[in-house]
Amino acid sequence: MATAAAQRTARTEADGAPDTADTAAFQHAFDAAVAADERIEPRDWMPDAYRATLVRQIAQHAHSEIIGMQPEANWITRAPSLRRKAILTAKVQDEAGHGLYLYSAAETLGTSRDELLDKLHSGRQKYSSIFNYPTLTWADVGAIGWLVDGAAITNQVPLCRCSYGPYARAMVRICKEESFHQRQGYELLLALSKGTPEQHAMAQDAVDRWWWPSLMMFGPPDDESQHSAQSMEWKIKRHSNDELRQRFVDICVPQAESLGLTLPDADLRWNEERGHYDFGPIDWTEFWEVLKGNGPCNEQRITQRRRAHDEGAWVREAAAAYAAKHTRGTGGTTGPGETAHETGHETEAERA
Amino acid sequence: MTAALALGDDALVLSHRLGEWAGHAPVLEEEVALANIALDLLGQARVLLSMAGDEDELAYLREERSFRNLQLVEQPNGDFAHTIARQLYFSTYQHLLYGELAAGDSPFAPLAAKAVKEVAYHRDHAEQWTLRLGDGTQTSHQRMRRACDALWRYTGELFQPVEGLDADWPGLETRWLESIQDILGRATLPLPEGPRTGAWSAGAGRQGLHTEPFGRMLAEMQHLHRSHPGATW
Repeated sequence: MATAAAQRTARTEADGAPDTADTAAFQHAFDAAVAADERIEPRDWMPDAYRATLVRQIAQHAHSEIIGMQPEANWITRAPSLRRKAILTAKVQDEAGHGLYLYSAAETLGTSRDELLDKLHSGRQKYSSIFNYPTLTWADVGAIGWLVDGAAITNQVPLCRCSYGPYARAMVRICKEESFHQRQGYELLLALSKGTPEQHAMAQDAVDRWWWPSLMMFGPPDDESQHSAQSMEWKIKRHSNDELRQRFVDICVPQAESLGLTLPDADLRWNEERGHYDFGPIDWTEFWEVLKGNGPCNEQRITQRRRAHDEGAWVREAAAAYAAKHTRGTGGTTGPGETAHETGHETEAERA
Repeated sequence: MTAALALGDDALVLSHRLGEWAGHAPVLEEEVALANIALDLLGQARVLLSMAGDEDELAYLREERSFRNLQLVEQPNGDFAHTIARQLYFSTYQHLLYGELAAGDSPFAPLAAKAVKEVAYHRDHAEQWTLRLGDGTQTSHQRMRRACDALWRYTGELFQPVEGLDADWPGLETRWLESIQDILGRATLPLPEGPRTGAWSAGAGRQGLHTEPFGRMLAEMQHLHRSHPGATW
């Protein structure tokens, strides 16, 4: 391990463009580091394709946090009790914070938040297709917490061991808060399920609408997943889409039972031989349609994001102009918002 | 308890307005900051309303004419400058008032002692943005000036004595004016001219007389809760 690390840091001493022999040596050191489960750090040499894959994945993850604020923020002003309103506000705040960590992680790979946001706004980078579904009732807030955050956690916990250091460290922090959100979502649904008949029906209806889209969050089946094999080789990804999806189903079935709610799948049953639940076929046509932009809220989500950005341009320009006038030397655009974030209070998930 | 309702309603209503920003802020850091302030205020509201009764009953089942909040806090968000001007006027007031309550021995002292720390942060946030917008670009200067002017007429009500709150109201008003004048001056903005109350609005919010947008805000806030009488959430 020490050898691999020493070889990798040799890169910082090499001046100019490496020749072919150097590249081969760097590649060798990189492969050895990945094989030894060492973390790749921003100043280490890495294959261009590894860098590009990570930028794409981390950016998409960051965008998902930001777009994912919308379906839940849709209910902040209508939350039915002050306690629930506080929990939901804290959650949406956490999501903005997760977006910030993730954009920072992406920036260590040589891109910038502005560039990534521009790609999001112009449709060149994607976000999780789940956020193209509408939140039609209060129970949807609970279903998102339980199922969508649950699926996200199943996907993301293995990323805490991802080969790229800054991403892995961001995920450790994010997963802690996500587990909190998931429990809160579960508890929200439980309150509805045990409440009045109308509340119970509201909870069941939400679970019926969010179950299949949540299963789609794990991505296409293994034999149709383009990047999976390479990502697993690089230890960006640790498990296949279908493996994680199965794990999620196995976790959810008993949880649904204790919630007193059913899952909308007639084929769902325990398979003694496999030691797993069998489940029905996923509607991949719907998945690809939503991915292509034809889901129920694709247009609405990106329009709101663009509008917030465009309407905020004068504010960002003001902060930059003020900074240029009032700071010497580095004319950074540090706005008060950043101070607020950095000196902010304890994690909102912990406080809620 | 009139005073608990007055202070609780201020915090509840302003928190709700700030919650409307979620997903719409000009920069991600402000998504975090505005939600953070909304949460602090909501926390204060819950303590204060609980002093007066059941927090959810009071928040969700009263009608417009029974709310005791200042007209300032119910004003729509407008652009970012309007939101910041509203924050500046209110958080400066709240900071001074809670500072005084924290030092006293009223039932509000424990809450005020905790809240004054949060409010100091809110005030700082509003001040920093007032400086940036006022002394930023020509556009931001104009917008900030317009916002400060537009909300000026609601600031007189802040210093109408509240029954059951032992505070030096004229003293608070003097210190508030000094503070606002200082910040606006540093932001290269003039102190707004014109009356600080409308012809009939001094103390109006405290008496349950509100502005038109407030009813719609309550309709949205209360709709779900009212649709399921007696349900728990």
